[in-house]
Amino acid sequence: MPSIEVNGNNYETDEEGYLVNLADWNEDIAKHIAVAENVEMSENHWEVVNFLRKYYEEYQIAPAVRVLTKAIGKQLGPDKGNSQYLYELFPYGPAKQACKIAGLPKPTGCV
Amino acid sequence: MAADVKAPPLREFPETPPALVPGAMSGAKPYVASDKIQQAIGFPGELTEGWEGRALGRMGELLDRYRSLRVYLDSCVHCGACADKCHYFLGTQDPKNMPVARQELMRSVYRRYFTLPGKLFPRLVGARDLTKDVLDEWYAYYHQCSECRRCSVFCPYGIDTAEVTMAAREIMDAVGLGQKYSNEIIGKVHRVGNNLGLPGPALADTLTGLEEDTLEETGASVRFPLDEAGAEVLLVTPSADFFAEPHVESLIGYAKVFHAAGIRWTLSSKASEAGNFGLFIGNYDQLRRIALRIREAALELGVKRIVVGECGHAWRVAYSFWNTLAGIGAGGDDPFARALQSQLDARYRQPTHICELTWDLIRQGALTLDPEANDHRVVTFHDSCNVARGSGMGDFPGGQFTIPRDIVRAVANRYVEMAPDTTLERTFCCGGGGGLLTDELLDLRVKGALPRMEALKEVVDRHGVNFMATICAICKAQFTKVLPYYGFKMGMVGGVHQLVSTAIRLGAKQ
Repeated sequence: MPSIEVNGNNYETDEEGYLVNLADWNEDIAKHIAVAENVEMSENHWEVVNFLRKYYEEYQIAPAVRVLTKAIGKQLGPDKGNSQYLYELFPYGPAKQACKIAGLPKPTGCV
Repeated sequence: MAADVKAPPLREFPETPPALVPGAMSGAKPYVASDKIQQAIGFPGELTEGWEGRALGRMGELLDRYRSLRVYLDSCVHCGACADKCHYFLGTQDPKNMPVARQELMRSVYRRYFTLPGKLFPRLVGARDLTKDVLDEWYAYYHQCSECRRCSVFCPYGIDTAEVTMAAREIMDAVGLGQKYSNEIIGKVHRVGNNLGLPGPALADTLTGLEEDTLEETGASVRFPLDEAGAEVLLVTPSADFFAEPHVESLIGYAKVFHAAGIRWTLSSKASEAGNFGLFIGNYDQLRRIALRIREAALELGVKRIVVGECGHAWRVAYSFWNTLAGIGAGGDDPFARALQSQLDARYRQPTHICELTWDLIRQGALTLDPEANDHRVVTFHDSCNVARGSGMGDFPGGQFTIPRDIVRAVANRYVEMAPDTTLERTFCCGGGGGLLTDELLDLRVKGALPRMEALKEVVDRHGVNFMATICAICKAQFTKVLPYYGFKMGMVGGVHQLVSTAIRLGAKQ
């Protein structure tokens, strides 16, 4: 299995770089994945990542895009509660790229 | 991640076939399923010694079970009519993506082991031993076919090349060489209930959120019911409709239609997925097991009608196979199928496509529509391959073409057709169907979208088209991803019921 090395520790990932064990995740790993994804983590990025992790903890799945945009709109203001804003933060798509940085499994299916 | 993805330049439209680039796509392969993913759905975990014999054994079983497969393998005369009809060939220029050449990868093995000349004089008849190299070639190129069946429309013998691709994938699964994307998803359907892996509580939470949004938008209490026994309609829709943009806009559209028509409907957490990837991997048992979830949900909820949302291959499975797979529609003959037949309302088509339901309501004058609300859009319609070439709608031939278009024209004033060689039964695949909608195949998906992008460009330039409507979750996800590679906005694609959602007025006729 492939892995990534952060602060001298090895963490198992899948072929695409998603963490295999959710419990491995920490902020340094998130930063490491973000660098590989060409995403520069700002406070706004962390808002999204933290929301994703919180939602996942409760529901065992990443939130639907609408659930996410609504929550971000509430936290950061209505001008940011849309998918265009999320794509600006995570150009490869909020569902997949933000999940990867948040250490969550990749959403599958016709998405 | 997307560094090596290249969109070919748009050609002047229409064009002559492209120059050949042999081996251009030999390295494009989807990830192989792990032993865990394979075993979870009953396949061997990995390729082990003696696989050749097992592969040929499975091939023999398929040839005995499906006379069609044997006919398709025997009857090709290599006339080449299909050669330049495949979007993946047009986009990649790899000659092995000519349908005739792709299917020859299996035909050559078939001749070697199942025909007399091939057994006696293999070289004279182009017969090949089944080696690991041949298997690797199968894995690469049978995952560069989206089973869209456009080539079959042009085949003078009517060979269904998708059946050959499905057989190849089934043989590979049988020896432990499965595709991660499709097989992981099939595992999730059985474990959680849908392709996405969306558990019941998350689904309920998402639907509650949609009720709030729709109330805010329209002022009407439009419901998104889940697991409500005694509802008239069970709606089975792709799980992407709950999760992704623009899919969710169509889900809101369905809910508004049910609300306006006063039809009591429900979703099911057990059958929270219309998609059936058993079709893509050519495995009958999976196809059936996935379909049976819908029957179980329908029996438990006591519904009178089963309606299918905007999902291309799901509608093919529902329209063409649900009757014998699960007794939805006439054909099933076991106690559960008979129970379902007596439960469902015989006055309606079973199953019904959401477009059939909406169009019936529009014709009856049961919906109040304001097409001006879509005046900011110039709309075109992309026929999805499994609807166009694998199903029907309504009670007349070609209904699957006219009914979605009739809806679009009823809810939008500005509608334009794309070039006739790219629509109706000649429609081009979006480039992501058949189990190929996975990130590691993005380069293939972008290239495979080329013919559709060329046709779209023409109507964009000529008529200012800014919205391409589809009725398939794969098409929506694929176009959202690939449109930007061709200079279009990702928001240009959406569902037919997204347009309905914009135009429908609630509360006027109740």
